[in-house]
Amino acid sequence: MATIHVDGRAYEVVGSHNLLQACLSLGLDVPYFCWHPAMGSVGACRQCAVKQYKDEDDTQGMLVMSCMAPVEEAMRVSIDDEEAYEFRRSVIEWLMANHPHDCPVCEEGGHCHLQDMTVMTGHARRRYRFRKRTHRNQDLGPFIAHEMNRCITCYRCVRFYRDYAGGEDLGAFGSNDNVYFGRYREGALESAFSGNLTEVCPTGVFTDRTHSDHYVRKWDLQFAPSICHQCAVGCNTSPGERYGDIRRIENRYHGEVNGYFLCDRGRFGHGYVNRDDRPRRPEWRNVGEASATPLEVDAALDRGADALRRARRIIGIGSPRASLESNHQLRELVGEANFSSGVVAAEQACLSRMARLARESGLPAPSLREVEAHDAILVLGEDPLQSAARLGLALRRAVLARGEVLAEARDIPAWNAEAVMTLAQGARHPLFIAYPAATGLDSLAEHHLALAEENIARLGFAVAHAIDDRAPAVDDLDESTREAARRIAEALLDAQRPLVVSGGSLASPAILDAAGNIARALAGRRRRGGLTLVRREANSTGVELLGGHPLEWALDELSRGAADALVVLENDLYQRLPRAPVDRALEASALVVVLDHQRTPTWQRAHLGLPAASFAEASGTLVSLEGRAQRFFAVHEPRYHRPESRIHSSWRWLHALEATLEHRQASDVGLETVIRACADRHPALAAIIDAAPGNDYRIEGLELARAPHRYSGRTAMRAHLDVSEPRPPSDADTPFVFSMEGYSGSDRPRSLVAFAWAPGWNSPQAWNKFTDEVGGHLRGGDPGVRVLEPGSRERSHERSHGRSHERSSESGYATEVPAAFAARDGEWRVVILPRLFGGEETSSLSAAIAARAGASTLTLAADDARRLGVTEGDSLSLETADTRRNLPLRVDPLLPPGLVAVPAGVDPALASGDSARLALPDSMGVETP
Amino acid sequence: MERELACYEQPQAACIEALKIVQRRHGWVPDGAIPVIARVLGVGAADVEGVATFYSLIFRQPVGRHVILVCDSSSCLLTGFEALRDALSGALGIGFGQTTADGRFTLLPICCLGACDGGPALMIDEDTLGPVAPEEVGELLEGYP
Amino acid sequence: MTATRYHSRLHQTARERHADTHPLTWRLHEDGTRVDLEDYTAKDGYAAVRQVLGRQSPEDVIETMKSANLRGRGGGGFSAGVKWSLTLKGEDLPRGYLVCNADEMEPGTFKDRVLLEQLPHLLIEGMILAAYANDSAFGYIFLRVEYVTAARALTRALEEARAAGWLGDDIAGSGFDFDIVLHTGAGRYICGEETALLNSLEGRRANPRTKPPFPGQSGAWGKPTVVNNVETLCNVPAALRHGAEWYQGLSGNLSDDGGTKLYGMSGRVARPGLWELPIGTRGESLFELAGGMRDGLRLKAWQPGGSSTGFLMPEHLDLALDYDTIGEAGSRLGTGLMTVVAEGQSLVTLVRNMEGFFARESCGWCTPCRDGLPWVEKLLRALEVGEGKPGDIELLQELASGLGPSKTFCAHAPGASMPLVSAIQYFRDEFEAGIARPDGA
Ligand SMILES: Cc1cc2nc3c(=O)[nH]c(=O)nc-3n(C[C@H](O)[C@H](O)[C@H](O)COP(=O)(O)O)c2cc1C
Ligand code: SF4
Ligand code: FES
Repeated sequence: MATIHVDGRAYEVVGSHNLLQACLSLGLDVPYFCWHPAMGSVGACRQCAVKQYKDEDDTQGMLVMSCMAPVEEAMRVSIDDEEAYEFRRSVIEWLMANHPHDCPVCEEGGHCHLQDMTVMTGHARRRYRFRKRTHRNQDLGPFIAHEMNRCITCYRCVRFYRDYAGGEDLGAFGSNDNVYFGRYREGALESAFSGNLTEVCPTGVFTDRTHSDHYVRKWDLQFAPSICHQCAVGCNTSPGERYGDIRRIENRYHGEVNGYFLCDRGRFGHGYVNRDDRPRRPEWRNVGEASATPLEVDAALDRGADALRRARRIIGIGSPRASLESNHQLRELVGEANFSSGVVAAEQACLSRMARLARESGLPAPSLREVEAHDAILVLGEDPLQSAARLGLALRRAVLARGEVLAEARDIPAWNAEAVMTLAQGARHPLFIAYPAATGLDSLAEHHLALAEENIARLGFAVAHAIDDRAPAVDDLDESTREAARRIAEALLDAQRPLVVSGGSLASPAILDAAGNIARALAGRRRRGGLTLVRREANSTGVELLGGHPLEWALDELSRGAADALVVLENDLYQRLPRAPVDRALEASALVVVLDHQRTPTWQRAHLGLPAASFAEASGTLVSLEGRAQRFFAVHEPRYHRPESRIHSSWRWLHALEATLEHRQASDVGLETVIRACADRHPALAAIIDAAPGNDYRIEGLELARAPHRYSGRTAMRAHLDVSEPRPPSDADTPFVFSMEGYSGSDRPRSLVAFAWAPGWNSPQAWNKFTDEVGGHLRGGDPGVRVLEPGSRERSHERSHGRSHERSSESGYATEVPAAFAARDGEWRVVILPRLFGGEETSSLSAAIAARAGASTLTLAADDARRLGVTEGDSLSLETADTRRNLPLRVDPLLPPGLVAVPAGVDPALASGDSARLALPDSMGVETP
Repeated sequence: MERELACYEQPQAACIEALKIVQRRHGWVPDGAIPVIARVLGVGAADVEGVATFYSLIFRQPVGRHVILVCDSSSCLLTGFEALRDALSGALGIGFGQTTADGRFTLLPICCLGACDGGPALMIDEDTLGPVAPEEVGELLEGYP
Repeated sequence: MTATRYHSRLHQTARERHADTHPLTWRLHEDGTRVDLEDYTAKDGYAAVRQVLGRQSPEDVIETMKSANLRGRGGGGFSAGVKWSLTLKGEDLPRGYLVCNADEMEPGTFKDRVLLEQLPHLLIEGMILAAYANDSAFGYIFLRVEYVTAARALTRALEEARAAGWLGDDIAGSGFDFDIVLHTGAGRYICGEETALLNSLEGRRANPRTKPPFPGQSGAWGKPTVVNNVETLCNVPAALRHGAEWYQGLSGNLSDDGGTKLYGMSGRVARPGLWELPIGTRGESLFELAGGMRDGLRLKAWQPGGSSTGFLMPEHLDLALDYDTIGEAGSRLGTGLMTVVAEGQSLVTLVRNMEGFFARESCGWCTPCRDGLPWVEKLLRALEVGEGKPGDIELLQELASGLGPSKTFCAHAPGASMPLVSAIQYFRDEFEAGIARPDGA
């Protein structure tokens, strides 16, 4: 800490900060552009100038850029100084010289950092009377719109895109007053994090193209704190709604999880909630009929309950993409014995191993902020940029943080961004990746080992053994893997905080056992390490904690007639298993009830379809891969704009169905009640009550507003339905109201922030007003609560199925080292590789994501392709026991021979570990269906 | 190229030289060369393009067989740059930034050539000339077929 | 062909130049041909290397340089000895780099060219000595690409020096290893700014770097790096060969600064060119050497050392041409090559040209320079053609103040602001004449 004097007042600030950080953290307003809390200072824009005085007697002072001035004990500065004020006003005037002043038609308007700073600095009158220079724009793909004329050349875009996120296709071109930021050739931005440009850019150069078609100003959007549902990382988001549609998703600052940045799947993958073909009313379909008839809610519940009552036994299939509350409510409806998690057995085996490791390995699962503080990383069988992209970005930061360590040793503060990069020269903390194919982090890795699944596990076992020889050794390990294992073990032991990253992407329990052994071995050496385990879906971690049988079990029970009714919760079974067993099970069921917000193939087979709320309309709780239970809140009430809609949260439907079934008064249930019941039922989840403040939470006696104070048009926006304005819908489930009448300020600390807005700060930079220090934590505490910690107790659930036969040694080490993978002639091992765009069910239903999803291909090792006499682009037919498919060939020089890699989402009937035959399509004689 | 790379700690340092090698071959740096250089140096194509478009003597557009660089800085201004420029423009029928229709000459301004005691000065290809009187321009150009 | 090929040359004849008074130029051939290795060694060349390497400690060398008071000839005037003493070196640090700034592009400046083209071994010798003092592992000569003759001369000289064992491992049996690479640029004035130069050397866009850290702490590829101008480095051999006292004495009682300086003059003078003179020589003397104005013109104003130095008036010719004296007069010595403006030549046009130069050559990194300078240029253009508006001069002054020291990222913009501010100060009426008056007023 240091004491500084700002305009005559003394303040305590963090000594390692720069003056701008310090002032902003104090809540003082200093304008800036090129600085960014996550990206440090470069001193380019000159907007943050303040006066600095040598001592008490110095009345003259000197202008300094506050972002480049280190905090010094007893330093004296003035923000209000006349010369500093005038200079800051001039800077805006220069920046605006070529600016088109097109705010009325600019999609940044209303949440524009440039507008904010213009007002803050007092520049109001244009004196520049000459011609402006103009630029041509580029088509940057479906996510980002480009309007270069608005650029103020702060360099933040390239600094984020290239330096921070590692993108190589966006750059700064030209020089002097003709600098151009764009792609080196027109085309879709390649980075998985391009969407952050919309928030990083202080003006309207890069805006959200998915928002463009149905654009509204920030002040006309209704927001709620939400959790991204597109992967297991659990990034916090702020979706904005108008007229019943989600218009855009913004980052919601979380000091431990996503910080200031989201990935593109999360930001642009929400289109499915706006689809016209979404089910909005209950539907009944008689057996054998193709079309369905819409029903009213009561009728639907009655018919559903009647039919269920007739059933001998009801099976419930839950879902890792649905909330804890909905899964819990389904489990209550059908009973524990009849509940399936909706996850296939192989994946479930991995999930339960991961939960066990999280408790027992001795290493905690770090938050993403903590991930960034690790100084040696081993990634075992994951491609984090595809399977958990935001985690991949955190790993990149962790590896490059070595530069800051080196710089600090030479008295260069971590915030001095360019100087750190210069000194660091790309210095990296060690990163090792074992994965069958190339990954986006390879260029940062000290070593990428392209191995088949068993061999990845063997490598991991060997690493653990090298750290602790009580961990089982690996027999007949080849020399190069042994050597790699030794080097990896050495790097992990040398580190202050080693991190092991693994997960279920390759569906290999052996890899997880190996990762667990390494974690155990490291924990045994009392290292402050971490173990990050990647799960696939938003609530994979949560459903595992609820327990349940694997999906195959549920289908078996139905197919063999042991049960005759089925309730499916937000789960498209056809996405998980081959068509035949699913068809068989559904055909065997006298009644199929499906709750979903999408018209999935499973929905099409339902007798009763109940339109479920998506994250946009529901509130609930998810558990992220970090083990953090986080609450998401409904953004809007669907009936307000579409009175005909009968969309409800699944947990509400299921509760009502249960009540109807039991002939109880179908009294409504509140979210709080469900959460409590869930917490009571599952001790492991007891803490979820505290994941967010309850519905009686108030600030200054007020509920929390979902809409900004300037929300306009409310009195007229439903005039096509009714000229008198109805009361806004009420929300008994949460402390939020569907209106602007509530608290939305930044002066009182809170963790529940629907949208960031502070006086003078309309842009996303307003988050700095909600944090304890810029880039720190929300003053009201970062949202969520950890439910999965090392040593945390959990009732051991004995399950009849899916119980893995894990064997472990006395010291807790897993002992089943798999045999090495041996490629066999004519037989290929399928590996399914996660992919960011197109590899996830719901986001793939969004047009923008679909447009960016890569081609469906199959990948072979270069040698294998040569042996088969095929080259890239050739169509090959791949056949397994369950499917046959023609796919164009890609060649990956890294892929080990004997493997055929297929991206996730191409064919659900393919699973990692399947064995396949390959042939030229015609020689197979049969065409793919 | 390899010799170049050996001179520096990081391959990126050879970027400007690589661009100049391409330029010596083609007279300018065609679009296709950018990703090729990027691959050789192991850097992003946008980085290479960023460098190529920063430096004034890397040409990202075709130029004539001979490039005339006319010093337009202060000493030459004081000793007759404007008349020289006009004479060149007149003789070639082009202004700064343009190339003659026959592809023979490109006319460009350049900052101080370090020949101020011989101003007004200019450079054609590798020859620095000065002082150049406007009347001499016609004959001078004949030396560059 | 009638147009003359440009030749860089000194006005002083061989008889006027002596080893004890003209340490930079006494070896130059009258005909301007390159002094080759044989010739150079015959004229006491590399004697300083032999005398210093392995015989004096690097610390002693730096001490000598500090007392010699050799101030940086690249325009900044920072003491070379002090710069070297601040450069990090030591057991636990990587050996760094020595970079010779041969990017000479300051308008009005043509001094490094003569040394590069005709006396490359002097530079190489100076670099070996500087590298020894700073424990630099490797040297780069960052040469502007237009200096074709210099590039050839340097390439030959480097080969000669390497063959003779002056470069490479174990130089002159001293145990010191050092080699030099010639690196040519690709245009752009800003590459001469030492940190932009380092970025350019690394193959990046030539945006300057923030200071601190100074290149001596973290320079090329993050290693401690010394950047010195050609002329600065060429002064090193004599200073070390003959000692600080001798070197300092070269300027006699003309100046506190040590040594001689390559002075020059361009514009409409009778004999534009270069002279090696004791530092602190009066402007008047230089003006006389150049034969005064040509064609009966009269001196109107002058710049002491390039476009980024402020204008001075004829009466200032009386001043000693050294860093402090010129600084006190409100300008800067800069590169020490005078540009003269004749009566009848428009200051508005000249300044408009200069600001156009600075605007064009701005790297585009910081706001005042990138966006302020083009505005300045446009205002000046308006005044030049009589389309100025009332208030334009005040606006120019305001803009100029925004381009001043500490307000921009590097010294490029402050350099641009100096001539503008001084021109308005001395010739305000010329600017006022450009303001369009309402009809009849
Ligand atoms: C815009 C700008 C251009 C410069 N150009 C040159 C140059 O061409 N040659 C040079 O030696 N110094 C130039 N300098 C000065 C260098 O930054 C640096 O001070 C110098 O190379 C240090 O060497 P010295 O201490 O030996 O003078 C320039 C400075 C600025 C701000
Ligand atoms: S002052 Fe000009 S040249 Fe220097 S950094 Fe700023 S924009 Fe670049
Ligand atoms: S924010 Fe400090 S210079 Fe840009």
